[in-house]
Amino acid sequence: MAEQTSPPAIRTPPATAPTAPTEDKADSAVVRDALAVGVAVGLSGFAFGVTSAGSGLSLLQTCALSLLVFTGASQFALVGALAAGGNPFTAAAGAFFLGVRNAFYGLRLSQLLALPRFVRPFAAHWVIDETTAVTLAQPTRRSARLGFTVTGLSLYLLWNLTTLVGALGAEAIGDTDAWGLDAASPAVFLALLAPMLRTGTERAVAGLAVLLALGFLPVLPAGVPVLVAALAAPALLWAQGRRARRTAKEDAR
Amino acid sequence: MTVWIAIGATVVGCYLVKLLGLLVPAAALERPLVKRLAAMLPVALLAALTAQQTFSTGQHLVLDARGAGLAAAALALVLRAPFLVVVAAAVAVTAGVRAIGG
Repeated sequence: MAEQTSPPAIRTPPATAPTAPTEDKADSAVVRDALAVGVAVGLSGFAFGVTSAGSGLSLLQTCALSLLVFTGASQFALVGALAAGGNPFTAAAGAFFLGVRNAFYGLRLSQLLALPRFVRPFAAHWVIDETTAVTLAQPTRRSARLGFTVTGLSLYLLWNLTTLVGALGAEAIGDTDAWGLDAASPAVFLALLAPMLRTGTERAVAGLAVLLALGFLPVLPAGVPVLVAALAAPALLWAQGRRARRTAKEDAR
Repeated sequence: MTVWIAIGATVVGCYLVKLLGLLVPAAALERPLVKRLAAMLPVALLAALTAQQTFSTGQHLVLDARGAGLAAAALALVLRAPFLVVVAAAVAVTAGVRAIGG
């Protein structure tokens, strides 16, 4: 679903965005920006619907995922792991770890939106890459709330509608592989990954993860190699930290 | 049934982690190491998933039309194509290579 645009702005929000008392942005401009993101990304729910149905999930299961999970990379990961014959819990674990970043988006958003406590359980469902990107770009609390709501609503409606259309379409065309539709899911992952590969550390983590995932694929049960590959992240951070400490020690000498 | 179990676990896990961010005090997750790890985890998972879904069938490593499709997607990304064009390029090239008999 919805993680497609994943602009770098999410991870390095401009320090000025939340507080800067820049001129009030017109509501219509906020709505226009939010709708642009919501519509563009919402359409890619079609790719999810096709992929999920092509992976053997029923129409109801496919739509339940978009309605209730509503975080695209996790949805793609889950149906991919299930199609590969993974155990339901290893499949869910992979999807869950991909969703962990949403907690960090929530941290930023809760400061910007200052939502009343009783609204938070409802707003939480829309805490994803795109709503975060639009919200962080707003100059005032009013426009942040408007941007979050319009992006969330348009994306949620379209993502679910296009999921349904995609799943129905996949059933209608039959052999989805003949149409190359099994390549949609890895292409989605690559498009999400590309903007994250900004420094050598990210590239090293990605490279190590690929080696681990493919290396363990023939010997471990389906779904497990991806979880092993996730260890590339803490492993490289640990190695980096150790190197930094050693350099610091040598400098001190 | 196993599919519904996987869906249920994913629904609950992904929702709770979203809610967590809105409810906990910022200081709890704002430690540098935790933030670095949270940023790197998706990199590792997405790279692993991309490789696996392109170069494997079941538990076997394979090189087939999907490899060409992924290369087309990579090229589209380098050319800064929009998201949907990237996915469409991968699908079209994969289908094309299969049609030719790749």
